[in-house]
Amino acid sequence: MDMIMPVVVATLGAGTPLIFAALGELVAEKSGVLNLGVEGMMLVGAIVAFITMLGTGQLWLGVAAAGVAGALMALLFAFATLTLQANQVAAGLALAIFGAGVSAFIGKGYVGVTLQNAANGGISLPIDIPLLGPLLHSLHPLVYASWLLFAGVTWFLTRSRAGLVLRAVGESPASAHAVGYPVIRIRYFATLFGGAMAGVGGAYLSLVYAPLWLEGMVAGRGWIALALVVFATWRPARVMLGAYLFGGITIVQYFAQSAGIAFATQFMSMLPYLATIVVLVVISRDVAMIRRNAPVSLGKPFHPSV
Amino acid sequence: MSDVFAAASGEKSARLELRGICKSYPAVVANDGIDLRVMPGEIHAVLGENGAGKSTLMKIIYGVVKPDAGEILWHGAPIDVASPAHARELGIGMVFQHFSLFETLSVAENVALVLPGKPGLDEVAERIGTVSERYGLAVDPRALVHSLSIGERQRVEIIRCLLQDLQMLIMDEPTSVLTPQAAARLFETLRQVASEGCSILYISHKLDEIKALCHRATVLRAGKVSGTCDPQRETTSGMARLMIGRDLPKCNHPEAAGDGEARLIVDGLSLASENPFGTDLSEIRLVVRSGEILGIAGISGNGQQELLAALSGERATQDAGVISLCGRAAGRLGAAARRRLGLCFIPEERQGRAAIPSMSLIDNALLTAHGQRMVAAGMLRADVMRDFARRCIDDFDVKCAGPDAEAKSLSGGNLQKFIVGREVMQQPKVLVVSQPTWGVDVGSAVSIRQSLIDLRNAGTAVLVISEDLEELFEVCDRIAVIANGRLSQAKRATETDVEEIGVWMSGLWPARVAGPANAHADESVHAT
Amino acid sequence: MQLRLEPRALQSRAMRYASPVIAAALTLVMGFILFAALGKNPLAAFHAFFIAPINSINGVAELFLKASPLVLIAIGLAVGFRSNIWNIGAEGQLTVGAIAAGWVALNPAFADSPLLLAGMIVAGAVGGMAWAAVPAFLRTRFNANEILVSLMLTYVAQLLVNYLVFGPWRDPQGFNTPQSPLFADAALFPILIENTRLNASVLLTLVAVAVGWVFLNKSFLGYKTRVVGLSSAAARYAGFSEKRTVWIGMLAGGAAAGLAGVGEVAGPLGQLFPTISPGYGFTAIIVAFVGRLDPVGIVFAGLLMSLLYLGGDSAQISMGLPAAAASLFQGALLFFLLGADVLVNYRVRVIRAGPVARRSFSA
Repeated sequence: MDMIMPVVVATLGAGTPLIFAALGELVAEKSGVLNLGVEGMMLVGAIVAFITMLGTGQLWLGVAAAGVAGALMALLFAFATLTLQANQVAAGLALAIFGAGVSAFIGKGYVGVTLQNAANGGISLPIDIPLLGPLLHSLHPLVYASWLLFAGVTWFLTRSRAGLVLRAVGESPASAHAVGYPVIRIRYFATLFGGAMAGVGGAYLSLVYAPLWLEGMVAGRGWIALALVVFATWRPARVMLGAYLFGGITIVQYFAQSAGIAFATQFMSMLPYLATIVVLVVISRDVAMIRRNAPVSLGKPFHPSV
Repeated sequence: MSDVFAAASGEKSARLELRGICKSYPAVVANDGIDLRVMPGEIHAVLGENGAGKSTLMKIIYGVVKPDAGEILWHGAPIDVASPAHARELGIGMVFQHFSLFETLSVAENVALVLPGKPGLDEVAERIGTVSERYGLAVDPRALVHSLSIGERQRVEIIRCLLQDLQMLIMDEPTSVLTPQAAARLFETLRQVASEGCSILYISHKLDEIKALCHRATVLRAGKVSGTCDPQRETTSGMARLMIGRDLPKCNHPEAAGDGEARLIVDGLSLASENPFGTDLSEIRLVVRSGEILGIAGISGNGQQELLAALSGERATQDAGVISLCGRAAGRLGAAARRRLGLCFIPEERQGRAAIPSMSLIDNALLTAHGQRMVAAGMLRADVMRDFARRCIDDFDVKCAGPDAEAKSLSGGNLQKFIVGREVMQQPKVLVVSQPTWGVDVGSAVSIRQSLIDLRNAGTAVLVISEDLEELFEVCDRIAVIANGRLSQAKRATETDVEEIGVWMSGLWPARVAGPANAHADESVHAT
Repeated sequence: MQLRLEPRALQSRAMRYASPVIAAALTLVMGFILFAALGKNPLAAFHAFFIAPINSINGVAELFLKASPLVLIAIGLAVGFRSNIWNIGAEGQLTVGAIAAGWVALNPAFADSPLLLAGMIVAGAVGGMAWAAVPAFLRTRFNANEILVSLMLTYVAQLLVNYLVFGPWRDPQGFNTPQSPLFADAALFPILIENTRLNASVLLTLVAVAVGWVFLNKSFLGYKTRVVGLSSAAARYAGFSEKRTVWIGMLAGGAAAGLAGVGEVAGPLGQLFPTISPGYGFTAIIVAFVGRLDPVGIVFAGLLMSLLYLGGDSAQISMGLPAAAASLFQGALLFFLLGADVLVNYRVRVIRAGPVARRSFSA
């Protein structure tokens, strides 16, 4: 138990930023919007949260600021693609590059600075739960928040009227428009939500996981989150599974080192990226399954003819 | 006639009136000063050929599109239909030609999406049951839409409208996806709905249907109203004249000899569909000879896409011998290889498959006609390409801004003439064409059909797949029917009629009988 | 009053050329505002960014030196982008090309060969192509998204070179700094202009521009790849192979990036470092777009981007502006371009508010 608990805690922690970013992107993709700029939005979220935390000492303020920052980045993308009808792939790449530039720019004075009161520490429960108690105590509040997010997104997509409309928009925006739903406005909301969640995912990295700021510290997790959504065939439960799988792979290197396995650190660091490739191949080869589950209008522009 | 309706429902004024409706798009004036009056309980036809402006007018009434000028009066009072939701509140419902259903959702979910308020799915399912019983429109509320047939999907669209407090129902070309028998059943339902006081706007270009169903007709031509009439008293030729401004031209169609060599032979083709919502093919057999036109009738969704993919080479078959092209086993050859054997193919999608919208006509000519000496040592020969495109435009009467014009700047009819011309100019040995005149104006349609006949006279084997029975009877020498992935035997066009083909379209054709007693041309190819 | 976007009947040719210019202008305006907000004199910053760097022969040489890999990679990428093949991993392919060239350069068996430099060039191109072949294979065989695969491999490539220069290839005379031994003179590109760093690898880029132009505009194969990019349904109809297009698109980008990698390590760098390029592989994506995926446009766009890089360095030194300002401008430029491009396909209409005009109707 002593060996397992730190591993579980670390795995949950490593998977959490992926959960926020991937669930947010899932909602956006369900409405038909493919936003490749997740990496950029996470970076901006990370630096904004860091600066806010440094200034105010309030964790949730930092998280909220990150959410707003991520949503603002997503707004640029949404305006370019939904209103100006730009190509979604190109705009997503532009957002990723721009976000990296913006975060490096505003973060210049904070490189290498660490947070004093590192926002760690779990929550205290009134009752004593055997076995899981110590585990639940060590989990950060944001981990719980990610579970709440999962529950919320699942409920939204499967049981709510608004979620039904969102899925309809993703499947056939032309039909949704003909029937009278504001397709563009719905896609805006979905995209901004995705941006906000990516920002929160970035905040987790700079406030809890690291906790410091370095240029490019998201290190490709935004891209991995995109792969996760495909791997999960656009189902929230499988996103959770995939995120924790990746979390596990990410921290394997640390535990391998302490267990004395003598692989060069660089090769261990390659594991999450190679795993992403493997996972993509395994899922994508079943073309029929992808076609059944992917939102039909994903990535295609829609212009309401008025 | 309209007074009868007014008296019956107690209303003196029209339920819906349009005055001077205008709507323009960048390249075309869709509606130019349209006036329209529909009385309560009246089935009112809006008649016009493709491109006349009917769909735009309906979208304006349903709130999808805003008019540039003009008035809409509902129950005598001027209104502004702000959106489809607003139209539904007013009591206007619309059944679209290309349905607006969501395939991965259930029937109940689809209906719930348009009902006001937020009713639970169980309540919606119950209401669906009530309505479907009352009007004879059987459908399972829990079924996912992608599993329904086209006819069933149309029922869902109609039920969706009936569940609102319906005062006006707009039907946009509803029978283009129905067999003649299913269309007759639809008319029963519409008559019942109208008898209860609901007005019906029926959009179509099929004169016989309008004569059978409608009380009044407004005819549109090139965006203007060319006249109104009473279909019960007016002749079809009279209505046709209102519709196109002259008499319906006819094709010059001499009898086929029927004994040319077999150029395309399909022998026992079975193929699973790649589309999860598609139809699998089962034991397809057909023969097309030089100098004849074989037509395949059928509502789309019965395996036509899969058959075309197998014929064109976009999908390979297991056994190469299943498809034979000019005597060579072609089942495993790709599209380019089949072209080299003399096959040309015209798909039903013009913009985005047969032609690329943003490319010029010259570049689009290269797409399939590159074998016409347009490529030398891997490099393009711009002069040959331009010359070909120019000849195509001249010989096939394509109205455009020149060979450099982008494909998307051409109207449907003119682009189709260009595409047909491009393929015909390659002097194919076999031509396969799908929905040759779908969405095309009458003048272009006649010219295209004549091109097919001329090609046949020159010795090409032509296969036409179409939903339009009139067209098939006008152009083909023999006609077969495809239903549920199976193909009937072919009958001479002169020995059958629309009624019989209509029955066959439900899959109810007599089984093939082998042997000398059955002297169909295609049977004699096989020894037994 | 309302602004509405209406689709044009025909793409506007004028706007196709004008929109990169508009985008550049908007980026400039953004820069002015940014500098002013930071309390720097905008005109001085403008001078530091755009004029000062090219004020000397050395400056112009640097301009071309930095533009060369950008243009080279962008042409390779443009072949792919035109076919909707999104090779985002050019940075990784560049790195692997550099590693391959480095292996040849540092290998004692080749040290005396007169073909040493030629061998490095070939190795670089092959290395880049091999790294690009992975996403090409995984896409054609398994339908895996090439954006994500090529990007993941970029991180892997960077970790690989990191491992090499910290480990087996570390310079024994380097005082423990992570770098490879210096390349011999025979393994370096000859300098073209005295007292500058501009070397013969620029000639590779010129060849690429010519080959690229002929391929994209005049060859049947180039036409086929263009069709695949515009409409996969039309490509299938015409019998053009999408798989072959994927391979061509990815390998063109990989070869170009690999060659750019050789140009770096056999040029200004002269050895292997943990970081081979300052993000050329990513900037080249922007160059490709701003250059309208056409070799001539790419040359101009490459020079502009190169100027932004140099300007960023110079402004950092003379005005204390952060180095990241350059990548911020690059990303902004791409965004503005995507926005300005809307005017190619759409027209802006001003709709006046008020009741829909009523026609007089005599009853």
